[in-house]
Amino acid sequence: MENFTPIESLSGGVLIGLASAILLFFTGRIAGISGIFGGILQAKHGETQWRVVFVAGLLVGGLLVNFFRPDMLQFQMDRTNFGIIAAGLLVGIGARMGNGCTSGHGVCGIGRLAPRSMMAVVIFMTAAAATAYVVNHLLGGHL
Amino acid sequence: MINLIIFSCGLLFAFGLALSGMTQPSKVVNFLDFTGKWDPSLMFVMGGAVFVYYIGQRISLSRDKPTYAVNFQLPTATEIDLPMAIGNVIFGIGWGLVGFCPGPALVSSVSGNPQPVMFLVAMSFGMYAYGAVAEHFLTRPLPQVDGGAGIHEHAMLEALEAEDKKHHLP
Repeated sequence: MENFTPIESLSGGVLIGLASAILLFFTGRIAGISGIFGGILQAKHGETQWRVVFVAGLLVGGLLVNFFRPDMLQFQMDRTNFGIIAAGLLVGIGARMGNGCTSGHGVCGIGRLAPRSMMAVVIFMTAAAATAYVVNHLLGGHL
Repeated sequence: MINLIIFSCGLLFAFGLALSGMTQPSKVVNFLDFTGKWDPSLMFVMGGAVFVYYIGQRISLSRDKPTYAVNFQLPTATEIDLPMAIGNVIFGIGWGLVGFCPGPALVSSVSGNPQPVMFLVAMSFGMYAYGAVAEHFLTRPLPQVDGGAGIHEHAMLEALEAEDKKHHLP
């Protein structure tokens, strides 16, 4: 096990769960980032403003983290621009087609004990693990 | 007030992502590639998040309605259809390739690092393109965006209901 950070990861998870629960309590909405962000792109009346506000919170949060703890956001992945763009396209398409992502299905879906989301998590975790394996072991960690 | 709350949720969510390590794509990949230098940390992220969310959700759903909305908008579908399963696979592949998913991409995009920005732009395009294609060529509906009155219309509706009650006293 390398770089095992159980305390930070658990604490971070607690904050994520808390933020999602607070959103549900006050607005009745699911904190699925792909749904929130993707919904902005769909631009339906009455459904855009709260999404923009939430995403603004994410971005300002990022700015604050970058200011106080830049180490948390600094990285350089051994990936070509092409690889990054391809990954982005797949995540974008897949999150919409799959009706959710790690927060929507993984946190809120499992939190609801929804079999549909649990299945989704199993599927995308398996696909992700297989992909990570291929990249790390068959492609030498480059893409 | 509601905007402040929603904004704060986004803020808190971002802090959670950063603290948990989800904004470190190599950490994500090391979790996913469990045959390699396995880092199980992200299991704790989901565990912690699900646990807290479950409790918070029980509290929320025990009430009649959310504080600032007419109703809860929870997914109603119970079945996984083939397109959804394929979508999950595609998402998984994209996630495993670099280690970004939507939330961390957004949070990291403001750090000046071009990698998450590129990912975010590509992701946005992918989402938009899927929506455009799905609407025109597939019979499958887009993921539900609305299931009732919007949040900011809530105050207006409450006022209307109050007016209604005033004129229909028993």
